[in-house]
Amino acid sequence: MTEETRKCSVGTAVSYPVIGAMGKTGTWRTYRPVIDNSQCIKCLRCWIFCPEGVIVRGEDDSVSVDYVYCKGCGVCANECPKKCISMIREGEE
Amino acid sequence: MAIKDMPREELLLPGNAACPGCPASVALRVILKALGENTVLTIPACCTAVIQSLYPKTSFKIPVLNMAFETAAVSASGIKAGLRMQGKDDVNVVAWAGDGGTYDIGLQALSGALERGTDFIYICYNNEMYSNTGVQRSGATPYGASTTTSWSGKTEHRKDLMGIVRAHNIPYAATACVAYPEDLYNKVKKAMSMRGPKFIEILAPCPPGWHFDMSKTIEVGRNAVQAGAWALYEVENGKTTFNGPSKAILEKKVPLKPIEDWIRDQGRFKQLFKPKRDEARIAELQAQMERDWDKYRRIVAGECAEL
Ligand SMILES: Cc1ncc(C[n+]2csc(CCOP(=O)(O)OP(=O)(O)O)c2C)c(N)n1
Ligand code: SF4
Ligand SMILES: [Mg+2]
Repeated sequence: MTEETRKCSVGTAVSYPVIGAMGKTGTWRTYRPVIDNSQCIKCLRCWIFCPEGVIVRGEDDSVSVDYVYCKGCGVCANECPKKCISMIREGEE
Repeated sequence: MAIKDMPREELLLPGNAACPGCPASVALRVILKALGENTVLTIPACCTAVIQSLYPKTSFKIPVLNMAFETAAVSASGIKAGLRMQGKDDVNVVAWAGDGGTYDIGLQALSGALERGTDFIYICYNNEMYSNTGVQRSGATPYGASTTTSWSGKTEHRKDLMGIVRAHNIPYAATACVAYPEDLYNKVKKAMSMRGPKFIEILAPCPPGWHFDMSKTIEVGRNAVQAGAWALYEVENGKTTFNGPSKAILEKKVPLKPIEDWIRDQGRFKQLFKPKRDEARIAELQAQMERDWDKYRRIVAGECAEL
């Protein structure tokens, strides 16, 4: 926080950006997306359509999931053209 | 812009208060990738005010002003004027509001800002109802759709908001849909390249409000465009161009689909199918869709006054 913003915030309600502003939202999940990277064509559709922004896009455009915050909506699995993302019930293999 | 070429940086942070499968979050991620960090958002009461999460934390990595329900556009005019006074004229000033905040309560403020020529981008994410307060009907709710205040199905058609906006003769107005992120990204970029008021409306299918499974947000949006229930187009200095699948529908290269293909999988329309098929209301929805496309064709053919 700069001196300038601190001055502005006197008497006003100013919030500051954090990852996990509502906590570890991965605990909301019933099904978790599991990516079979061997089938993945790196089209990045799962990345752009993930509402939460928790499909992690690697340097080489390979994709993985941030399970700490993934809410388990299943949009990625529904949109993957190769159908290489499966939704697995938490607690099951 | 191909998906691969879109910036990696996320300006909407994970772990926020949005529902799983939220279309507003998808749209926000895409528009913020296009806008970049040099942006101020003004957001009235709507689900996105909630997505920011709770004080003293926020999920937005750029400055956001939380404003009263009816003030998205007027607050943008104020922000722009303030920034200009500080010599920061290059900052993108963006009003981001729901359909309730745009079609209904914020319409007067929107009209004022468009008329004054405020140099800003107004983006309406349209989930066709007041979602945040538990799904009430809005001026954007389609005929036949159930909400808590139109529980047996709305008896009026939605407003032609784009018609109202284009009547202000602004440099740029466009429609988009969360299922077409490349198109949305390009439209935001085009809006950023122009001076004066710019307007973009994004169709945002809402799983809890429309009653479909949270994994189908993008699929439902795609079906709306492919069926012809939502059109993708842009109006650039008075000239209208249809984009993506909507171009083929406009040019009659692809026929309009039965509206049923789009409404059948949404719980908000179940009263049109159960306990028995309501032929009259399904036919009325189909007829309205056909009237819309007739109007689009007349506009493009230059028969409408605004061209
Ligand atoms: C003057 C005023 N009236 C009512 C409300 C309550 N309210 C807060 S958000 C909201 C609904 C917003 O609907 P919309 O603009 O479509 O955004 P959505 O919630 O669908 O994202 C309402 C009615 C309010 N905040 N202020
Ligand atoms: S959508 Fe499927 S194929 Fe495309 S990048 Fe994601 S996992 Fe790979
Ligand atoms: Mg709404």
